[in-house]
Amino acid sequence: MSADLVTAKPIKPWKATGRQRAETASILLVALLLSVALVALTPLNGKLGFVGAFVVSYLALDYSIVRFNHGKAAGIDAFFRGLVTMAIAVAIVPIFSILYSVAIRGYKGLHWSMFTTDMHSAAFTDENINAGGIQHAIIGSILIVLTALVISLPIGILTAVYLTEIKGRFSRPIKFLVQSMSGVPSIVAGLFILAAIVYPLTKFYSSFEGSLALAILMIPTIARTAEEVLLLIPNDLRESGVALGGTQWRTVQQIVIPAARSGLVTALILGVARVAGETAPVVLLTGGGDGTQWNIFKGPMGTLPTYIWKAYAAGTEASVTRAWAAILVLLVIVLVLFGLARYLGGRKVK
Amino acid sequence: MTDESENPEMETHAQPSSLAGIAAAADAKKAPGNNALGVGLEARNIHAWFGEKLALRDVSLDFWAGTVTALIGPSGCGKSTFIRTLNRMHEFIPTAAMAGEVLLNGSDIYAPGVDVTKIRLKVGMVFQKPNPFPSMTIAENVLAGLKLANLKVENKDDLLQECLERAGLWNEVKDRLNTHGGSLSGGQQQRLCIARSLAVRPQVLLMDEPCSALDPGSTLKVEETIAHLSSSMTIIIVTHNMQQAARVSDYTAFFLSDGGPGELIEVGHTNEIFSRPKDTRTENYVTGRFG
Repeated sequence: MSADLVTAKPIKPWKATGRQRAETASILLVALLLSVALVALTPLNGKLGFVGAFVVSYLALDYSIVRFNHGKAAGIDAFFRGLVTMAIAVAIVPIFSILYSVAIRGYKGLHWSMFTTDMHSAAFTDENINAGGIQHAIIGSILIVLTALVISLPIGILTAVYLTEIKGRFSRPIKFLVQSMSGVPSIVAGLFILAAIVYPLTKFYSSFEGSLALAILMIPTIARTAEEVLLLIPNDLRESGVALGGTQWRTVQQIVIPAARSGLVTALILGVARVAGETAPVVLLTGGGDGTQWNIFKGPMGTLPTYIWKAYAAGTEASVTRAWAAILVLLVIVLVLFGLARYLGGRKVK
Repeated sequence: MTDESENPEMETHAQPSSLAGIAAAADAKKAPGNNALGVGLEARNIHAWFGEKLALRDVSLDFWAGTVTALIGPSGCGKSTFIRTLNRMHEFIPTAAMAGEVLLNGSDIYAPGVDVTKIRLKVGMVFQKPNPFPSMTIAENVLAGLKLANLKVENKDDLLQECLERAGLWNEVKDRLNTHGGSLSGGQQQRLCIARSLAVRPQVLLMDEPCSALDPGSTLKVEETIAHLSSSMTIIIVTHNMQQAARVSDYTAFFLSDGGPGELIEVGHTNEIFSRPKDTRTENYVTGRFG
């Protein structure tokens, strides 16, 4: 059984041969040249014209050449493969384009001291970019989103548990409510808290009220995703749990929820993603302060989105640069947190 | 717990090697006074409904402690429904209803005020598809029942080893107790599920087609496990495999539905059911003329 007895060489006959690759490459090249020519010689112009000309000429060339060489079925296959590849490009290109422009523009406004200072003593329009910073906004964003998460994660998951495990009499109306709530515009949630809590009860702004508004937005997202995830857990596991003498609650707590853990982390991420960039309810309820504020129950608190909004609205070159830098920081924080959540959530699951 | 004490009368028959051996063992057990463990579980006039539909009509069966009873019959004849009434899993189907009594050590498990989780501790269950808990390691899987039922034990490691040994899995997994249950083969996973049911020390073990998803080699291992366990507990096994029923069981009960509710047609010593059935329908089924 030693390796030197093997005379056959491992090959992958299903992979494209050099000839096929050359064919694909030449089709691509011809389509590119054709679209350049179309843009130069016809009224078609601009990037959009070029992309349009390329899509049409590539698909047409690909289909006709492959059909001529390999037959009708292969031609149709090539056409749809091209279509699918382009659809993926349409989905992905904007994401990278956004990341790219945020990185390029935000980079100019970055400086170390921005993480240790706030806008208490500096103006957005200050020509010196190094004056002031976003410390207050980072702290504010994290505190507000974390508080909202602490409120909405248990409520969202328990709602999902009610819908999938208990399947009580109110399942249908609750499902309907959760679905319609996930379409609530964020400003409506903000106005609701304003009318229901700020005016009649507290009569002052605090980030906790902002968190309440964000929780209203997060609960339906978390509940719906968690419901989908819990529905995927095979019924067998629940039955084995109770067959071992567990109560329904202990079975849910010790078997169903751990089995769904990585999916529930997705629910958490989607919930945070829903609110991390929210501006309107935060401005409405926290006042969007410029100073560092650690107390979530007292006084105005700024967040990164409100900082970006204020800086952009100030309208000078310096303030817009500050806004881009803050956008970059917000993006990086969100990405890091999501990566961390994925890592922690997926760790023990095979 | 009396079910843990070994009965000397049965020890000699713990692993019958042939059908004749099984019959001899069964005879010895059936003789009054010979069976110190007594009747473990008695089903009295069990009916079961799903919504308006009667799925099972008037089944009465006694399960002697320390024996293996096989339930055979074509699909849809109510075997699984019947064993699910024996540990109150039937009630998990929202439209389900039932009538009759199930006596465990003489008292009705459906009586008002009975703690259903206690019943399921005494009457364990192994399912058709191996289903180790995916978030747990092999060791955690075996001991899961303790956590679920909030039981305390002196020495968890001893219990872990004992359960895995009784399920015939110890030698294969003793070096990787902290890996995930999902990394085992199908047959090993099923024996892990058996070990998991043993950890809460049930008196009765219900097995719902435990080998239907397994290859012949794993099936053999599970059957050996059943033979080992039968000396200390009551086992009720649903199977579609008649050779398996003949190999592992002391008694066999034949269920049949003529399109309506399932009924118990005949019950007896396994070798009698297979060699001299009293009912022609049983004969047709066990000789492979239908089903």
